[in-house]
Order: sequence, then C-alpha cells, then structure tokens
Amino acid sequence: MAKSALLKSSLAKKYWMALTGLFLCLFLAGHLAGNLQLIFGDALQFNQYAVFMTTNPAVKLLSYVTYISIVFHAIDGILLTIQNRKARPIGYAKENPSANSHWASRNMAILGSLILIFIITHMVNFWAVMHFDENMPLQTTTIDIAGQKQEFYLTTDGGYLPKIQVEQKAVLIKNRTEFFDAAANVKLKDGYKDLHKITFDYFQDAKYGLIATIMYVLAMFVLAFHLLHGFASAFQSLGVNHPKYNGFIRVFGKGFAILVPLLFATIPVYIHFFAK
Amino acid sequence: MSLDSKIPNGPIADKWTDYKDHINLVNPANKRNLDIIVVGTGLAGGSAAATLAELGYNVKAFCFQDSPRRAHSIAAQGGINAAKNYQGDGDSTFRLFYDTVKGGDYRSREANVYRLAEVSTNIIDQCVAQGVPLAREYGGLLDNRSFGGALVSRTFYAKGQTGQQLLLGAYSAMNRQIGRGKIKMYNRHEMLDLVIVNGKARGIIARNLVTGEIERHSAHAVVVGSGGYGNVFFLSTNAMGSNATAAWKIHKRGAYFANPCYTQIHPTCIPVSGDHQSKLTLMSESLRNDGRIWVPKTLEDAAAIREGKKKPTDLSEAERDYYLERRYPAFGNLVPRDVASRAAKERCDAGFGVNKTGQAVYLDFATAIQRYGNEQAYIKGLHETADAAKIIELGTEVVANKYGNLFQMYEKIIDENPYKTPMMIYPAVHYTMGGTWVDYNLMTTIPGCFSIGESNFSDHGANRLGASALMQGLADGYFVLPYTIGNYLAPDIKLGKIPTDTPEFEAAENNVRQQLEKFINNNGSHSVDYFHKKLGKIMWDKVGMARNAQGLTEAISEIAALREEFHREVRVPGTMDSFNEELAKAMRVADFLELGELFATDALHRNESCGGHFREEYQTPEGEALRDDENFAYVAAWEYKGKPSEAVLHKEELVFDNIKLVQRSYK
Amino acid sequence: MKLTLKIWRQKNAKSEGKIVEYPIDGIDGDMSFLEMLDILNDGLINKGDEPVAFDHDCREGICGMCSLFINGEAHGPDRGVTTCQLHMRMFKDGDTIFIEPFRAKAFPVIRDLVVDRSSFDRIQHAGGFISVGTSGNTQDANAIPIPKHDADTAFDVASCIGCGACVASCKNASAMLFVSAKVSQFALLPQGKVEAHDRVLNMVRQMDEEGFGNCTNTGACEVECPKGISLESIARMNREYLVASVK
Repeated sequence: MAKSALLKSSLAKKYWMALTGLFLCLFLAGHLAGNLQLIFGDALQFNQYAVFMTTNPAVKLLSYVTYISIVFHAIDGILLTIQNRKARPIGYAKENPSANSHWASRNMAILGSLILIFIITHMVNFWAVMHFDENMPLQTTTIDIAGQKQEFYLTTDGGYLPKIQVEQKAVLIKNRTEFFDAAANVKLKDGYKDLHKITFDYFQDAKYGLIATIMYVLAMFVLAFHLLHGFASAFQSLGVNHPKYNGFIRVFGKGFAILVPLLFATIPVYIHFFAK
Repeated sequence: MSLDSKIPNGPIADKWTDYKDHINLVNPANKRNLDIIVVGTGLAGGSAAATLAELGYNVKAFCFQDSPRRAHSIAAQGGINAAKNYQGDGDSTFRLFYDTVKGGDYRSREANVYRLAEVSTNIIDQCVAQGVPLAREYGGLLDNRSFGGALVSRTFYAKGQTGQQLLLGAYSAMNRQIGRGKIKMYNRHEMLDLVIVNGKARGIIARNLVTGEIERHSAHAVVVGSGGYGNVFFLSTNAMGSNATAAWKIHKRGAYFANPCYTQIHPTCIPVSGDHQSKLTLMSESLRNDGRIWVPKTLEDAAAIREGKKKPTDLSEAERDYYLERRYPAFGNLVPRDVASRAAKERCDAGFGVNKTGQAVYLDFATAIQRYGNEQAYIKGLHETADAAKIIELGTEVVANKYGNLFQMYEKIIDENPYKTPMMIYPAVHYTMGGTWVDYNLMTTIPGCFSIGESNFSDHGANRLGASALMQGLADGYFVLPYTIGNYLAPDIKLGKIPTDTPEFEAAENNVRQQLEKFINNNGSHSVDYFHKKLGKIMWDKVGMARNAQGLTEAISEIAALREEFHREVRVPGTMDSFNEELAKAMRVADFLELGELFATDALHRNESCGGHFREEYQTPEGEALRDDENFAYVAAWEYKGKPSEAVLHKEELVFDNIKLVQRSYK
Repeated sequence: MKLTLKIWRQKNAKSEGKIVEYPIDGIDGDMSFLEMLDILNDGLINKGDEPVAFDHDCREGICGMCSLFINGEAHGPDRGVTTCQLHMRMFKDGDTIFIEPFRAKAFPVIRDLVVDRSSFDRIQHAGGFISVGTSGNTQDANAIPIPKHDADTAFDVASCIGCGACVASCKNASAMLFVSAKVSQFALLPQGKVEAHDRVLNMVRQMDEEGFGNCTNTGACEVECPKGISLESIARMNREYLVASVK
C-alpha cells in the first residue's frame, strides 16, 4: 500500500511537485549567484566559473538532478492539470474566482508552461552553444606589447597563446577547446569557452539584442508569479503549515519570488544598456 | 387492546439491570440471519443502526436527506445531559431522574426516565471514545455548563454545535458499519408505509426520492426514529424536511399515538420577520446562562420602541422589567422552557412586545459583558487602570468566545449587532414530547415495530428539559433498543428472509401508489405550502402556547375542513417517476393535516395544564400551569380508526412510586 | 427589489441542462436566499410550471444540505454562511443572479440545482471513524485528559458540515479540505491516533477514486468554507499521509 501510494496518489504527486519545485528554487539561487558575475566579475572569472560548472563531478550530478527535476516538475504538472480538468467536466456559466484566490495560484500551469518554453530557448541559446557548438569561440585577450596590440587566447593554466598561431595553422583547435601543435600533433593547452562573449553578444546584438532583453525580462515576470504562489505552496504541500512559521515562510517566499527574478532580469538589462 | 407498559418489577434502581439479566439473547451466528430496518438516521436512528449492525444484525437504514449526517439532530446546539457529577456539585442518577420527571411536569413514565438517567453516563464515555470533541477545560478534562430546570452543571457541550458533533459521532459509527457492509444505507428514500404480516411489522414501502421508484423492503423488525412532528406548525425550528410521515403511517397501521398535544415551545428563537418566513431559527438555551430577559416596564416605552422612537439602550435599569427574575427569583432566567416561553407570551400579549410585530422580548448581555469585563480586568491586573470602554472590550471578548457563533448567526439574520444592542427573541415550536406510544421495550403497539428518540413519547412527559433530547436519542439508540430488540427477535432466528412478493407487500405498495397518483392527477389550484401555512396558522393561533376549549374546538373543525380542501385543491406539478419535491411535500402535509386534528383533540380532552400543554382555563391565580393529577395523571394513547375524529383514547395510568407529585415551582 | 435570475435547469442526470432566465419582483432584503427561491417556485407552481429543484433542509446553516453556486461563488457572496443563511440584503435592486449547481465530476447533477454528494459519504466509509464499538463500555470519558488547544482545534475542523462548497469553489474540484477536516479531527485526538495512518491512506485512496481533482493550494476552499475550516488541516493531512506512506 504505502509504496504504490507514494507513486500514484494525488497527494504523492503534490509531494514530488513540491520537492522538485523547491530543489529548482535552490538551483535558481545558485544559478543567479553565478550569473551575477556577468555584472560583478570579469570575463575570465565568468568563463572559469563556466568551466567549473561543466566539469566538476558534484556539480554535474546536481545538474542532472536539475534536469530531472525540471522534466519531472513539468510532467507531473501536466498530469495534475489533466486530472484537474477532468474533475470538472461541465464548467460554470458565471465565475468569480478573484473573490477567493490569487491569479497566480490559479494559473500555475500556464505560468509553468511559459517558463518551460523560456527554459528551452534559454538552453538553446546558451547551454547548447556551450556544450555542442563547434564554432564556440574561445576567450581571447588583447595585450599591448611594446605598443603593438596582440591578441592571445587565454589558457586554463593561466598562460597565453598567440591567436596568430592558430590563424597560421601552426596550432590547431581540437575538441573545441584543446590547442594542438599542428606539426607534432601534441596537445599544448586548453582554452576557455567564451560564454561571457556569447552572452554579451546575444544581448548586445544590434538587431535582436533589445528584443532578447525584453523577452528575458518578461520571462522573469512569469517566473516571479510562478514563485509567488509556488514557494509557499510547496511548503503547504509538504505539510509545513504552522501559525508560528507561516509568516516567515510567506515573507521569505515573497521576497525570494520577487528578488531572484528581479536580479536575474537586471543582468540582460545591464548588458544591453550599460555594459560596454 | 389494553396498554401494557411491561415495566419490570423491583426497585427502580434495579429494574434495567434485572431486565438485561433476564432477557432472551440472540447468539451472534443467528444475528446474521436477522434483518432490521431503521427509518431515520438522527441521533436515535443513527446510533441504533450502528449498534445493531455491530451486534451482527443486517441493518437497512433509510433517510430522506442525501446523507445520514444531515438528520436534524445536527441542529441541536446547547448540550447533552449526563449524571457524571464531574463538577462534584451533587449530581447523581437519581437527581437527573428527578429533575427530568419534575421538568416533565410529572407526565412521564418513571421507569423509562430512570433508565435514561442511568445510561446517560455511558453516552459521554461512548462519544469521547468515538472522537467527539466535547468542550474541555484547561486541565484537559471535560467541561460542563448549567441548563434550564436544573441546579447542577451536568451539561456536556461542543460550543453551540453539540448536536452536530454527537450526530457526526453516530454517523462515523454508521460509516464503519457501512464500510463493512453491515449497514445498507438508503439515502434520499422516504418510508411511506409499514407492512404487517401476521400481526407483526415485517417491512416498509419506501419511495426513492431521486427516481420516484416505489420499493419494498422486508425485515424481521422495523425501527422508526424519524423525529418529531413540530412542522405541523409550518413555522418551527425543525428542518424543512422534518416530517411525521413514518410515525403517522405506523399509527395508521395500529401504533397508538401518545400525548400529541405536548409540544415544546422554545423560548429563545429569532422572532418572525414577515410572511415570507420559511422557518424559525433557534438560539441555544445556553444564552440564558448569561443573558437577561426583559421588556419595558411601561406600555408607553414599549410602544415607542416598536415605532422606532426609542432604542432599548435608551431605557435605564429602572425602566426595564426583568420579568423572569421578578417572577422566579430562585431560577431567574433559567426557568424551564415552557415557563420562560409562556412568560414571554404573557408580556407580549399584555402589550410589552418590542419588535414591529409586538412579538418579541429582549435578551440582554450588557450585564454579562460588564461582569466578565471586570473579571478579566482583575485577572489581567487592569482593574485599577481600565476604563469603562476597556472593561466592555474585555467582557465582549469573553462573551464572543462563549457564544460567538450564535451572535454571528443572529447578526446575519437580523442585521443588528447583539454585542451592542440587546437581542430580540420570541418562543417558537421546537420539540414534540408526544409521539408513538411505546412500552418499556420501546416497542409500539404493533409487535416488531419500535419507535425511538423524539418519535416516541416516553421520557420527557409534558415538557422536555434542555439538553435532554440528545441524551434520550442516544440512550435509546446505543444502549436501550439493542437489548430490547434482541429480546423480541429471539424467537425469529429460524424464520429466514421475509419475502416481499406477498399479498401484504402488494397491498401496501398499491396503497402508496394510489396516494401518489391521486396527488399527481389532482388538478388543484394551490401549492402544498399554501395549505401547510394555513394549517400552521390554525395550530399556532389555537393550539399553540396557550389553548382553550373554544379555540381547540374551532381548530378541530377548521383542520378537518382544510384537509378536505387540501385533497380537493392541491396542485402537485411534475411526475411520480422523477425527483419531485412537491410530491414528497404533499405526502407529508397530508399526514400533518391528520395529525394536527388529533393534536387538537388531545389538547381539548386534557382538561388541565401541564408542561408544554397550557390550557387557559386551568391556571393558578399567578398564571402558572395547574395540573390535575387526580384525573389526568395518565398517558393518552390514541388508536387510529380511519379518521382523526374517530380516534379512540386508551389510558396508561402513570404510577409514581419514587417521586412525590407536587406543583412545579421554580420560584 | 427586482431581480433577474439565471438558473440552471436540468430534468435529470441524463438530460442536458441549460440556463433559464426568470425575472422576479417584490424581494425584501430580510428574506433569505432560499426564501426568495420559495417565492419563485410558488409562482412557477401557480403558473403550472415545475418548480426549481434545490437541496435544503435545516435552513440554519448546520445540516450542509443546501448548496448553490451563486454569481460565481459557492453559497454566494457573503462569508461564513451557507446559502440558507445568505440574505437578500447582499444584493441590489436590478441585479442579475446566476444560480448554478455545485460542479464536479464527483457531484453529478440529479435535477436542476440538486447534486449527488454521496462521494463524500463513501470517503467517510473508507475511514471516517474511530474503530470502537458502541457498547458504551469504554473507559471513563475523563480518563485521558486532552489539551484544551487540541480539543478546540479538533472541534474547529469537526465543524465541517460536508456541504461541498470546497469542491465547488476549487478550480480543480478537489475535496482536500473536506477530507482533511475529518483526518485532522481524529489525528488531533489521542483516541484517533491509534489508526491514524490507515485512516489517511484509505480516505485519500477513496477520494482519488471518486474523481476529485488535486489540491493546488489556491486557498479558494478556505475562503468559501461556511465553517471557516483552515488550510492548516490540508497541510496536516499532507503531513499525516507522508508519514503514513513512508512508514
């Protein structure tokens, strides 16, 4: 009984919804902390962070949990929504839902779907490029050597590799990041994928940058509303409801729901309008 | 047939124990072969169904509501009495017995009442074990309150919803048995006839109120727990669907109907506001613990208030007449219900009524708010600093905690804030002490047909004390009937299922079908309610709180005439084979129109005043009820002979071995 | 007051229904909503039409029989009341009032505004009780002291009248508030703790089988509940169920 109940029952679905939701909130917080480096850190720092995020085994594990959570949260949400629709085959002619509930709480499925679309485009734009794009640029820097400006690749050992060597095919780039001596076919160093540049280019694009920024900000509004209901709701679903702590959960949840999307949104706005 | 109450011999305190020790028992294996029908799922029917099923009988339970949980027991507010003596204020089985007999104005059967008092304590244990959340004190033990007609605090309660909580307790016990398949529940079904085979009750004809289907159900015994007949007055505190049909049908099949004229008029109800009124709302009697009842001292002030020129709060203490405290210094506002009701009527008839219709008195909490305010200020150490407003605020809080839901209910209905201005109240029909005559076994004069709870007559005499109805319903259902019915069924264990394809069932079903068809095809000109309201008006005006021979004689002929008109002129739309509430109502009102006449006949024959029956010709110089113990210390049990006017009176003389009959005094 | 009523009419469970408009006049603010419907019905009967069927019984807000979805809200616009306690003073002259049955798959319409709520009963059959006999031979009622706070909270949730307003108001037609009220009542009392785990599992299973929707914590039920049952009880049931499931 107990086992099947945890998979099938309506309450169990809510537990999973809540647990995955709360985990995704944690993810949001971490992701935000990383992304804020786009404002407060330099390009190298951000790209180093990107390397860490894609190579550290613990982070990798967490990222898989995140993917699963997103998928589970979405599927579970869709299942719940279908069931809920079925529970009232004939609707009311006259409804007055604002009399007893908040808009966000009644539209979690729509908000969630929009967020899912956002996540997919977001991943196509950044995550997929980062992971699969053969033309993913590597981070370079310009160094003034005796009055001459020369471009170098930054390498993970903290060194530099003149870009001209690659252009002259003395050094080849293999596996997207590895520098190889063309003649000896020996790996020299690793470069940094320049996620920072990708991001800046994306939001500063002359043609689409503004639209991208606006869409991103709108997506954060959607996220905010989703969290506004979702955060406290997750606690309720897990049975955490006590007059002593409800106030804290509510205030914290509201703060989280507003602050996190707001900070996320400031990044593209900063990049588009203020960063050089 | 002579009336044998079958009261066991022996001293009153031992009767029930002795009885239980010597009855026939049915062994568990045989109980499985016995079917019992229970009609009604209130406190009595619900608790009986659950207990009988648990004992092993196959129970079929019927209710007209959509769920057993909605039976009108649910509306009882104040509490349930039990001689637990938790408060140590001198309560005992004997005292509860004594208070009940005295409160009933010495018109109840001693042995039944003693048994009731005896099992009362079990009820509380049972309910607590079932998870009924009765009110508790801070120490975690059960709390008690005092109630009208008693000098001890023996009333257990759950805020103002005691009936609801107890009923849900019985309902939960039923659920357990329904879940196990031992009770088969028939919701939205109405019993429309009793089937008698070879002189014994063996089944019922019921109508499925959803499909209109007429069904035959057989059993080895039939238990009727269908409540009282207060709706004969149209306006009462009963639910809209509360009806006397099951009780009246068994009466027509041979069960005597006892003391129909004993009706309880509850003193604290919300007054009638207009013709549209469909029912009256009761406010728990517990309000009288803290509220003080008054009317203006002068007719001028009363008139000014009625015309809206003065407000009750404009009147000083000296200008108010706290008439209950004046007339009954010992019990004050806590006199029994009949006394309080009549006193209100007396003042209103004399012209002191305080609402537009002149049919209302004040129930004032200002003194209580003040008293509790002072108490709280003292507890909180504010008594030196708190100003008058603070005291009132603190006192209001206490009153709100005790009676908040009632005050809110009042405000919703009347649209006045009862914390600031006194409530208006007026008596309303509430409970009927009369009902099917039963013997000590709770069996009617039809073998195998039992009657429990409000639908029987047995325990409250001519007036019921507050918080005793719940006690009686549960006592009958949980603890009395399960023993007595076994005694009756013991010889039937080898009988097998009762078939329903017999001439007796056939005839009963046809009888029902004909009545239904007649209504559907009766192309009359008035709705059922039209007649019900007319009946109610006759009853209230002439057979209400105070009666006299002339009015009763008029009422009898008026009701008979109205009944004839009803059958001629009633219009019932719709069809028989569908959900048709008008048809269901027509069947019920047809019965009320017969019962009303018997009611008035009984009131006319009883040439005395007692409890809820007040004959203006029989009163003391101070206007109190004047009993005639010499000539009327009996139960009037009426036998149906085809027409209410031809009913034959049988008397069960009441013997009082343990209580001395005196004039009730609450002074 | 003059009003326009738009009422759902449906002959029986199988037939299709529709909204029918009825003008009504002479309505007084002191009337209850159901008394207004009584007047409508009296007029319909006198005209030879069939009256509007609606459930009602005690008319004092305790039996839970009355229902009605009035202008988009279960039991109408007032708070803390059932339809029978709703008074016409909540409406204005000239108002249009939509009157619909409580809608849910688990509450099929029987006729007009009458719905079948026996799904609630079946949930209670599955576990809405404490398994004690009715012999009265239990221990003394005062044998187990119960903290006043627990007793009071148990009472608060036990005051549920089973009307179904929570289901009707919920956008998912979820019965969580109803079920959790009963689960909570017993979970809070020592008598009920013994079989608390089985109870919650069984009642939730039955609730799911009846076809009620899932709780998405919109809180509409709590607002519309005539007895003010709080969402806290839903959280309590979530907790109870979680513990019972992993045990």
